[in-house]
Amino acid sequence: MSWFEKIMPSRIKTERRTRSVPEGLWIKCPACDAVLYRAELERNLYVCPKCSHHMRIGARERLESFLDKGTGVEIGANITPEDPLKFRDSKRYKDRLAQAQKATGEKDALVVLAGKVNGLDLVACAFEFRFLGGSMGSVVGERFKRAVDYCIEHRQPLICFSATGGARMQEALFSLMQMAKTSAALARLAQAHVPFISVMTDPTTGGVSASLAMLGDLNIAEPRALIGFAGPRVIQQTVRETLPEGFQRSEFLLEHGALDMIVDRREMRDRLTAMLRILMKLPPAPPAAAPSKPSAA
Amino acid sequence: MAVAFLDFEQPIAELEAKIEELKHVSSDSEVNIQDEIGRLQAKSRQLTTSIFANLTPWQITQLARHPQRPYTLDYANLICSEFHELHGDRMFADDLAIVGGLARIGDRPIMLIGHQKGRDTKERVRRNYGMPKPEGYRKALRLMRLAERFGLPLVTFIDTQGAYPGVGAEERGQSEAIARNLFEMSVLRVPIVSVVTGEGGSGGAIAIGVCDRLLMLQYSVYSVISPEGCASILWKSADKKEAAAEAMGLTAQRLSQLGLVDEVIEEPLGGAHRDHVAMSERLKSAIIRHLSALEKIPPDELRARRQEKIAAFGVFSESG
Repeated sequence: MSWFEKIMPSRIKTERRTRSVPEGLWIKCPACDAVLYRAELERNLYVCPKCSHHMRIGARERLESFLDKGTGVEIGANITPEDPLKFRDSKRYKDRLAQAQKATGEKDALVVLAGKVNGLDLVACAFEFRFLGGSMGSVVGERFKRAVDYCIEHRQPLICFSATGGARMQEALFSLMQMAKTSAALARLAQAHVPFISVMTDPTTGGVSASLAMLGDLNIAEPRALIGFAGPRVIQQTVRETLPEGFQRSEFLLEHGALDMIVDRREMRDRLTAMLRILMKLPPAPPAAAPSKPSAA
Repeated sequence: MAVAFLDFEQPIAELEAKIEELKHVSSDSEVNIQDEIGRLQAKSRQLTTSIFANLTPWQITQLARHPQRPYTLDYANLICSEFHELHGDRMFADDLAIVGGLARIGDRPIMLIGHQKGRDTKERVRRNYGMPKPEGYRKALRLMRLAERFGLPLVTFIDTQGAYPGVGAEERGQSEAIARNLFEMSVLRVPIVSVVTGEGGSGGAIAIGVCDRLLMLQYSVYSVISPEGCASILWKSADKKEAAAEAMGLTAQRLSQLGLVDEVIEEPLGGAHRDHVAMSERLKSAIIRHLSALEKIPPDELRARRQEKIAAFGVFSESG
């Protein structure tokens, strides 16, 4: 952080950051219609304090609030997308990429940071849903693979927060192959006995759910997240009947045995690190290291 | 079996109809009808060659879905000297959209797994139009593990629109079943040759397609979504399927140029459905050739090479 950013009033700083939740002092909860004060909501990690609805959040905000302050170092930031098929629908893929990059400030849909949570070294990655629906193309696959490589080399656990519609159509078979690529990388991670926790957030569907997201040593979801292979609209068109209540939501998946547990966003840091410490046969976290104390960095 | 012609093959269909007609009258007329038939047959071959020389990606997609195209069980019958079908995932059901079993190709014992579409309406329904549910992928995984335990090379045939999008499939973990196969296939210690024989549709296809060698038949297609699906999402209209097929580069030829496919196997004139036997012979010799090469590689190295091959998929740029 530069001296200028340090003295800059925090109000200005927050306005500079990219957001998935619209700007404004007050925000209406899309689930219970409660009108919420933004600053309070932000402190509450964009979980409605009235009804516990988990709003969607951007990849970087997610990772910044998940990691101990100032510990994140990005992996694979210099890997950027190409357009191998010169794909064009109503718009050129190149233009869609440029637009998404401008709107999100990201180069592609996955952000990977190596850092600490409650003092535990780990790698955390998150999908940016606002970047072409968090779709997985070559860059997402490569960054994920680099994350795995880093975890194997440093023997640090991997956590991935997914928020995605699936594979990226504009990279066609290259995208499909990223399903194999990310899964194959996780198979290597498993052989190295390094834990991987998959956290599925709203929404996690298609080619990502059918590859890396379902391959966690622990599969976890945020409450009420839409999770599935086919989207509900496609299924509706196929079966031509109304879908059961709560179909493809986290609670439904838990009931059907696809998840280990559902974890509230506000408890994510403590719960995940506690379980990772057990998997890695480490002693419990010292109380001093508990909730987000700013580290020396 | 009379050949079913696709719309773009109409000129060939008309010519063939004329030939059929002449064959019937020929019994009670002069010799020169035989010459005429010969002349028309040559013309039909010529016409087929010229039409098939310039197929669009959408036309190739139609060929890949041709209702008379050979399916996995046809190939098992024509390529393998033995095939013993094995059933069930040992957990829930036997999904008939995926078949598999112990087989011999030449003298070589293998495990054969593939999607299976149905030929007539009843069979199509029974096989769920070749769209597997989780139990299909779990049956495949069970057979793969069996193959590994006994050191049998694995041959997979890909021909599906995609995994079935249904309520039960979701309840039983369609995503997990596909993901698990991708994960496990990447670390199997036996050679894997996968062949796209018809439609390679999305996750439902690649779930049995992680391999050491990827082969495609000349008129097969392979992509992340069907042209119709792509068109309805990106163009907001399924009618733009031709444009979508073009944009996605889903043909064997294009994917080979992009370096994603190891070999394209030429089909008989007019497509594999015109001559199942000739197609099977070509496919058999290609499979044997690749298996012979892969079998020379020690298992650990084979697996390492497969991991490298998979890790190299993707096009991106990287700055200093």
